[in-house]
Amino acid sequence: MRPADTLRFARDAALGTPLRTALSVLAMSIGVAAVVVLTALGDGARRYVVGQFSSLGANLVIVLPGRSGTGGFNPANAITTTPRDLTIDDAAAVRRAPAVKRVGPLAVGTSEIAFGGRLREVIVAGTNHDYFAIRGLEIAQGTALPDEDWNRGSPVVVLGAKVREELFGATPAIGQLVRVGDRRLRVVGVMKSTGQGLGMNTDEVVIVPAALAQAMFNTNTLFRILIEAKSREAIPEAKVQALEIVKQRHRGEEDVTVITQDAVLATFDRLLGALTMAVAGIAAISLAVAGILVMNVMLVAVTQRTGEIGLLKALGASARSIRLAFLVEAAMLSAVGAVLGYLLGQGGAFALRQAFPVFPAYPPDWAVIAGLSTALATGLLFGVMPARRAARLDPVQALMKH
Amino acid sequence: MALIELAGIERRFQLGDTTVNALAGVDLRIDAGEYVAVMGPSGSGKSTLLNLLGLLDRPNAGSYRLEGRDVTTLTPDEQAKVRSARIGFVFQSFHLVPRLTAAENIALPMMLAGIAPAERARRVERALADFGLANRADHKPDQLSGGQRQRVAIARATIMQPALILADEPTGNLDRHTGDEVVHLLEALNASGVTLVVVTHDPTLGARAGRQLVMEDGCLQHDSGRSAHAAG
Ligand SMILES: Nc1ncnc2c1ncn2[C@@H]1O[C@H](COP(=O)(O)OP(=O)(O)O)[C@@H](O)[C@H]1O
Ligand SMILES: [Mg+2]
Repeated sequence: MRPADTLRFARDAALGTPLRTALSVLAMSIGVAAVVVLTALGDGARRYVVGQFSSLGANLVIVLPGRSGTGGFNPANAITTTPRDLTIDDAAAVRRAPAVKRVGPLAVGTSEIAFGGRLREVIVAGTNHDYFAIRGLEIAQGTALPDEDWNRGSPVVVLGAKVREELFGATPAIGQLVRVGDRRLRVVGVMKSTGQGLGMNTDEVVIVPAALAQAMFNTNTLFRILIEAKSREAIPEAKVQALEIVKQRHRGEEDVTVITQDAVLATFDRLLGALTMAVAGIAAISLAVAGILVMNVMLVAVTQRTGEIGLLKALGASARSIRLAFLVEAAMLSAVGAVLGYLLGQGGAFALRQAFPVFPAYPPDWAVIAGLSTALATGLLFGVMPARRAARLDPVQALMKH
Repeated sequence: MALIELAGIERRFQLGDTTVNALAGVDLRIDAGEYVAVMGPSGSGKSTLLNLLGLLDRPNAGSYRLEGRDVTTLTPDEQAKVRSARIGFVFQSFHLVPRLTAAENIALPMMLAGIAPAERARRVERALADFGLANRADHKPDQLSGGQRQRVAIARATIMQPALILADEPTGNLDRHTGDEVVHLLEALNASGVTLVVVTHDPTLGARAGRQLVMEDGCLQHDSGRSAHAAG
């Protein structure tokens, strides 16, 4: 039999039983669509989180006080404050490392801010001029903190967008004096609104010089030292150099932890990647079920077309021709189902992106390829048994079934 | 020249504890171009004999030479090739594929043999005209009368230009008149040189054949041509 004839014969046979064919195609397409949509969701979540973390700043290396046991990223380290031994002078020393481009010391506390009778609680971040560049914070009005000696602590403040809104409303804020804790500070800038994110929400923060914050909170330690490496490739070097410098300054004791944003990202990336895989695996089960359905449909087809198979044998069809015809029919059911499911899944992912624009719900290539090839493979695999059964039928017996 | 030579053919079926001797020691020689009617009571082994001749079944013992070649030892695929090229079947219940048109049913053996579509179309068109089906080419079997269906089946049986046509009660499902038409078609084929073996219950139909075989309990009880061959 010629390949084109085998294809046409299989297609006509499948179309001969429209309901059965439609059902198996539907089952297969639901399986593939499930893989596409669910992995789009999983990978969308991964991209969303990674994107949020990336917005913390580029080529970021972070020094935190206290030693982490594993050396890897431990979420506990990212939140607990162990204000011990990390000073502005440490930060200034780190700036001399060759792989380091910028350094931003960070001291954090909560206080209250008041202006014209309005009062609210704020997070006070004490840092420096470079911090804005490291974090990619944009200024809406005025300027960032002045580029001055880090130990100086001028009485100035940069407001988060929401803080400004609540204190000043429509009146201009730049140049005004506000009270933060027991200090009177001049407003030199207002940050652009960044909206809700995974990082610190800068809209509800006020930023003051690091030395000033330390004086306000009566401490001389830092919460973090943020370092921007010269390039992506320089991140590991910057990490090693920063650690070495701080270690030397702390009498050779390694009492700080240096993490890179890459490590944080990699952890989330792995976590959510694994989640996506798990979801894809669950969706793949529906593909296997669809494969079994195709097998049953083909077994029924063999039983119903026993007379026809006997006839084909009488007319000189080889066992191979018959096997191939049934296998191609099974493959067609799976292939059409797979393509349909792919389109359905992409449609679903598109609808998700329309409904939640911030959520990048694109199915990853590997999932699409794996879904499609699993569909085809199961269809073929489960098609083999019915096809062999058809090819093995005894022609005399088969012809009597009519 | 001998087309078919059967010697000591045995075909047994196991039915529970009992063994049915569907064919018991059949010796038979049919020459090319003969017209043979196989008759006998129901269950006498006529269909079993025809299935063996058509290589759809294998004997338990004995030898079968088709055109001088021992065909009982061939592999199933080699037998399929012989069926494809040398043998045409006509069945009592027509055995047309319901989803295919008359033209496609007639083309089926050529499609299975891998003949090119252009050649197929050419031969199908000839066959449709020869069998008076020219305006039925695109009809499905359920849109055809019984006589038309059997004509499609005969056209299909002859499309590969076989040496041997085997018909198992080809008129069994047809009324007298249409049955006669079908018989005339088969006889015309025989007249053009094709060897024809027809199983029938109908004595008048059997009498039209050049040679009558009568079967009983798996044996050839009577062969009108035996004396002639013994003489020749
Ligand atoms: N597949 C089979 N299994 C068991 N017995 C069979 C089978 N085929 C035929 N027979 C038996 O062999 C005998 C001959 O059958 P068959 O050749 O069909 O007779 P006929 O065509 O002359 O009516 C019958 O007794 C029948 O029951
Ligand atoms: Mg019979």
